[in-house]
Amino acid sequence: MSVVLEQIFQVGFLAAIIRIATPLAFATLGEMFSERAGVLNLGIEGIMLLCAMTGFTATSLSGSLWLGVLVAVLTGMLMGALHALFTVMLGLSQHVCGIGVTLFSSGLAYFLYRLIFGQQSVPPAIKGFQTLPIPVLSDIPVLGPAVFNQFALVYMAIVAIPLAAFVLYRTPWGLSVRMVGENPRAADSAGVSVIATRFQAVILGGALMGLAGAFLSMAQFNAFTFGVVSGRGWVAIALVVFGRWDPWRSAGAALLFAFVDALQLRMQASGLGHIPYEAFLMLPFIFTIVAMAVMSRNAVAPSALLKPFRREER
Amino acid sequence: MFRLEVRTSTPTWFNLALPLLAIAATLVLCSGLIALAGAGILESYGVMFTASLGDSYAITETLVRAAPMIFTGLAVAVAFRAKFWNIGAEGQLLAGAVASCFVGAIPMPGALAMLLMAIAGAAAGAAVALAPATLRVKFKVDDVVSSLLLNSVIYYALMALIEGPWKDSFSGYPISPPIEDSANFPVLIEGTRLHLGVIVALIAAPLIWFLIARTTLGFRIRVTGENPEAARYGGIHVERVLLSTALLSGALAGLAGVGEVGGVHFQVMSDISPGYGYSGIVVAMLARLNPLGVVPAAIFLAAVMTGAEAMSRATGVPAFLSDVIQGTALLAMLVALLFTAYRIRRVGVAT
Repeated sequence: MSVVLEQIFQVGFLAAIIRIATPLAFATLGEMFSERAGVLNLGIEGIMLLCAMTGFTATSLSGSLWLGVLVAVLTGMLMGALHALFTVMLGLSQHVCGIGVTLFSSGLAYFLYRLIFGQQSVPPAIKGFQTLPIPVLSDIPVLGPAVFNQFALVYMAIVAIPLAAFVLYRTPWGLSVRMVGENPRAADSAGVSVIATRFQAVILGGALMGLAGAFLSMAQFNAFTFGVVSGRGWVAIALVVFGRWDPWRSAGAALLFAFVDALQLRMQASGLGHIPYEAFLMLPFIFTIVAMAVMSRNAVAPSALLKPFRREER
Repeated sequence: MFRLEVRTSTPTWFNLALPLLAIAATLVLCSGLIALAGAGILESYGVMFTASLGDSYAITETLVRAAPMIFTGLAVAVAFRAKFWNIGAEGQLLAGAVASCFVGAIPMPGALAMLLMAIAGAAAGAAVALAPATLRVKFKVDDVVSSLLLNSVIYYALMALIEGPWKDSFSGYPISPPIEDSANFPVLIEGTRLHLGVIVALIAAPLIWFLIARTTLGFRIRVTGENPEAARYGGIHVERVLLSTALLSGALAGLAGVGEVGGVHFQVMSDISPGYGYSGIVVAMLARLNPLGVVPAAIFLAAVMTGAEAMSRATGVPAFLSDVIQGTALLAMLVALLFTAYRIRRVGVAT
């Protein structure tokens, strides 16, 4: 046990947690915005994959990392708009559409990747993001090198969390999002356009999912593989529930998951313990399912989640 | 001026017209990708068709691939009929595969082994599906999210098994030991892979149709889905119906796994299902949740998958086109379904 504790407080371990948490934080915040507006986006798994692919491809062809990030974000917004078109505009069932969007985007990602890069024995790689130490702050012992000697995208995620909370709780638009997610009819009476607000929230969510995808293929792995997302989108769905649809709690949940995941990787690498690593990977899902059962007494999910809004129907 | 008007009923020819419309739209949309790949559109679709349905061997291959999707399609159709949102057919399939592989590895007479494999697989799938249904009935937990998350739990459990205690000590690969030879499902036509499980799948569809359309349980499932308040008022125990539906749905998805173990792979590996559980949702929606429609819908998807590989070899268009077609077909079908809820009417304005 002491060996485990020793590992935990190593700089490398803390840095690993932050890196694992970053794409999850982006994805979780993205899904949270969408769900707070009343739209479950099960397309997240496929959207992240497609964004990882388009971002990687743009960087690979142009040599510019930030152009890749921009392309990934635009891809995410486009897929968010597609999901919103089906679920918000046409009022189709959100879960089935979400599965459709995931199947469509992951299929498209595989297809386009194979078309552009062909079948290669070694997947092409890019020179991904390099760590960017922040002066002064990175000199703080332990915390400095772990948190302030990271990729630029990590800092963006750290800023995104309070920013998301501010937007959701302190701006008129955030209020509109919460209103259309809780009581769309009241929001409509108050002059808030339910359709437009939901569209915006789902598209913003898509942009954040794009950042998550970009981080995976351009900072973490520096390549696109078919397993680059491997269930992280589903993890984000779980983390939103676990974080009770709140930016701070959701980000905290992402950090907690990253801690467990990093621990699992360490134990695997050091050959410690006889617990199969899959047991750790299962944990967030089991925790979330249990948490949903426990939380169900006090309804915390947005009331209008999964419910399409049509003005003329009562 | 046009406006949308709520429809109260739809003509029966819609059941055939809408999926065909959705499939036609899908093929037109995806032809853009074929053109992008620089291949001939008609040529590519032509190769796809010939390689999947062009001769009797191709047809058997397509049927072998359709079988698991018939089962998962039925599983989803039954569940969605009761508005039990089972997105977990993938996990239920995996559970069925694992359970049947366990049983199939025990030496016993072949016929008995096959029967017990089916029972174990169906039971495992049913047990997995029961979890989200119970959570919904007892704790009002959203079944969409819980059934979806269980897929990951089951997948990691399977991985833990085949990388741990089940790992093939001989090859060192993360695959389970094979089932007994005597438990391999018999091949029905010499020289093909058409196994007993395919026939069982084809028979299951009309049986499930009969169950839904003609039996009391089926009636309860339909009423619970269409109007739970009315069902309750009419003395139907809605919660119990949801649990029964979950058991039935999970058992069907589990049988998809049984067929893959007994008839195709004879062991369990990490990629035993290339997403057949999710494909089941596409199949069920294309079938408009009608069990009889599940068979042609599953055959269509299977033909696309089988055909795409041949198309890729012949024209260089990546075989992943089949994944795009699957996603597009689901979305197109959802849009097409709008015609069942609404009709477009010209109103007002004199011209």
